[in-house]
Amino acid sequence: MPEAIHCTCLDNGLVILGERMPWLESVAVGLHVPAGCIYDPADKVGLAHLVGEMVQRGCGPRDSRQFLEALELLGANYGGAAGLAHASFRATLLADNLDALLPIFADLVRRPHLPADQFEDARQTALQAIQAREDDFAEQAMNQLERLHFGDPWGRDELGTRQAVLSLRYEDVVEFYQRCYGPRNCIISVAGQFQWEHLVEKIGELFGDWKPQEPPRLESKAGKRGYEHLERPTQQTHIALAADAVAYRDADYFLARAAVGVLSDGASSRLFVEVREKRGLCYTVAARCQSTLDEGAVLCYAGTTTERAQQTWDLLVEELERLAEGVTAEEWSRVKAKIKSAIVMLQESSSARSSNLASDYYHRGKAFSIEELKHILDNITVDQINDYLKRRPPRIRSAVSVGAQRLEVRRAIP
Amino acid sequence: MQFHRVTLPNGLEVLAEHNSQAYSTAIGYFVKTGARDEPPEMSGVSHFLEHMMFKGSQRRSADELNRELDEIGSHSNAYTSEEQTVYHAVLLPEYVDRAVELLSDMLRPALRNEDFDTEKKVILEEIAKYEDEPPFGVFEKAMAAHFPNHSLGRPILGTRQSVSALSVDQMRHYFENQYSPTNMALVATGNVDFEQLVKLAAKHAGHWEPFIPQRDPTRRQRVASRPSRQIIHQPVATQQYVLLVSDAPAAESPDRFAARLLATIVGDDSGSRLFWELVDTGRAESAEAGVHEFQGTGLMLTYLCCRPEDTPQNLRSIADIWQDVVRHGIKDDELERAKSKICSQIVLSSERAANRLFAVGSSWLTRGEYRSVRELVEQYRAVTADQIHRLLEQYPVHPCTVCAVGPLEELDTSRFGV
Repeated sequence: MPEAIHCTCLDNGLVILGERMPWLESVAVGLHVPAGCIYDPADKVGLAHLVGEMVQRGCGPRDSRQFLEALELLGANYGGAAGLAHASFRATLLADNLDALLPIFADLVRRPHLPADQFEDARQTALQAIQAREDDFAEQAMNQLERLHFGDPWGRDELGTRQAVLSLRYEDVVEFYQRCYGPRNCIISVAGQFQWEHLVEKIGELFGDWKPQEPPRLESKAGKRGYEHLERPTQQTHIALAADAVAYRDADYFLARAAVGVLSDGASSRLFVEVREKRGLCYTVAARCQSTLDEGAVLCYAGTTTERAQQTWDLLVEELERLAEGVTAEEWSRVKAKIKSAIVMLQESSSARSSNLASDYYHRGKAFSIEELKHILDNITVDQINDYLKRRPPRIRSAVSVGAQRLEVRRAIP
Repeated sequence: MQFHRVTLPNGLEVLAEHNSQAYSTAIGYFVKTGARDEPPEMSGVSHFLEHMMFKGSQRRSADELNRELDEIGSHSNAYTSEEQTVYHAVLLPEYVDRAVELLSDMLRPALRNEDFDTEKKVILEEIAKYEDEPPFGVFEKAMAAHFPNHSLGRPILGTRQSVSALSVDQMRHYFENQYSPTNMALVATGNVDFEQLVKLAAKHAGHWEPFIPQRDPTRRQRVASRPSRQIIHQPVATQQYVLLVSDAPAAESPDRFAARLLATIVGDDSGSRLFWELVDTGRAESAEAGVHEFQGTGLMLTYLCCRPEDTPQNLRSIADIWQDVVRHGIKDDELERAKSKICSQIVLSSERAANRLFAVGSSWLTRGEYRSVRELVEQYRAVTADQIHRLLEQYPVHPCTVCAVGPLEELDTSRFGV
């Protein structure tokens, strides 16, 4: 049987979350430092990402090679990078190796070498990622949409621009590290096979004397919204749009998620049936809920050849309008079955649960257990969903197209 | 975990790996047909047919089928490769009976004309999507160059021309020649009651008439390859994409474990020789090596994505790295770390029923064998450095096929013997 979520906070502010899954052999650890790109100075977006890259180039007694080799010998499935709000370092490994992993993670964020002689290599790595993104038109459409819709810093692309990354200096890395890496608002989330008391004791030894950093300052500007077209000589036009919804921390969030499920979860969902099955307009069409701390949106994506792009756009608009009119009990019951089985299956994945815990806590100050999630789901009725849709209809606010031809969007976005 | 297997009177094989710890059941029909079984004029038919299976049967419309698959909360999908087509669903154990009924019904498709015409548009969109996005079809183009006279050299999706020209009658004909119960297996992993599964299979698929399928007759043979160069100018791309292809052990070969360890040492996405030389230094966005196995034939692939202007120098470094491995072999500590990486990945991924489904099903289809997680780990653990050195002698990495797609119009490939 699933257990309740464990949660404790060290004196220096570091939060430890744990969910025991004793039927697994694995354990997944996520170390989330509040050092994402929202904390970059406005003219230096890309810095957090570069610092995330630099901290992994040697820490404690290990140089960068020894750092990766140690993780390989532990059989850890490891990855680390800075995103929007956090720099996250994650590892999944066999439970026996957890005690050996934690000191490496402590060195990683507390005692990184930040080797000045590797700064240029790290910068080149960051530039490579930016350049690779130039070739991904679907990704460009979504990135531009988030910038337009969520504004600054919440709509940022963590990679930043080529120009900004070229302007960064080594001193910027040190300054950012000292300012943002610390235990305040830092989360360690652990799921899988482990002992809670032992874990808390170990983390206390390794992180307890870490001095808190200053609280961060954030100034945010709302998104400009509206429509933008990026001209590219591609066969397909990539369409991205954002419509109103609520943030993850909002009491109505799960109703918004349910409504988006009717739109896009599964082969009997409205978008799949209307856009792909009936008309064959797209191979990929999908919608999902996206949330910053205070703001939520429904994001939709569709990719279709240029001559059919306008028809696809018009249909997406129509489907969002139709969603505002409500969903049927039958539709909700199918989406509910799908979400429910997905929740049950989470119990086979320590890494997915570790990520869920951290994300729940960051947005809501509380992580939901599997049982709580099931309970929330069971109590959602179709009337509640329709009431929500009446109060908060998914009106389209922002859209981006990438391709050979602009779209006519004025009816939806004046 | 326990393994069970039985063959129904009509030849359909039913197999299951039961894991009492699992919360879900994964089920799939693994069909031994794919792009390599297609005649040239029907290139893409296996994949197109896979899409058509979701368009309903004599008993159900597409809407009904999709609704029912969603009603049981299943996460269902399908894929087509060079040599198999797989229809799968992951669900809660209480819905196994309905899932087997639905998947079985799907595999007797209606193939209606109007659905065929609509779905053709979706396939053409899928082709356009892959032509437009990284790595801009470099794998398909490299395969075409490496296997110029064989169906393995043709794209799984087919081409715009071949798919446009395909008729529904050709597809029906292909279906009638491939989807024999003797040419497939029903596989289940996770929380599964084998006796119940066999009963369900007999009830819903036991009446399918067996026949002799028209499979690629060269499936068990090594397909002749021809190292060659292919420089394709793609002005839309910003980065240069290069794939090197040489021969490697086939899916049935006991050397395949050594080959995968070698690829991990040379070109895993983290901590490998290519990683330290090219990715860690920021000289390339990605530089990786991997093996691709087919029945009778296998490939060693080295992939590079970097700035066009850095490509010649990066390719020289890749040639140097491979040459160093051939001349001086690999080090013991490299081998140990590669084993640790691969083995822990096998164990960790086995916690999800869905992951085991593809491992168990593919192994059965290509080799007719079952290996438990423990046995697989032992196979990798047993590989020695000498075995890897012998492998390098048996399968020279040069000359190899070099395929480049991107802004470059010319590229010196002499280091690779082409």
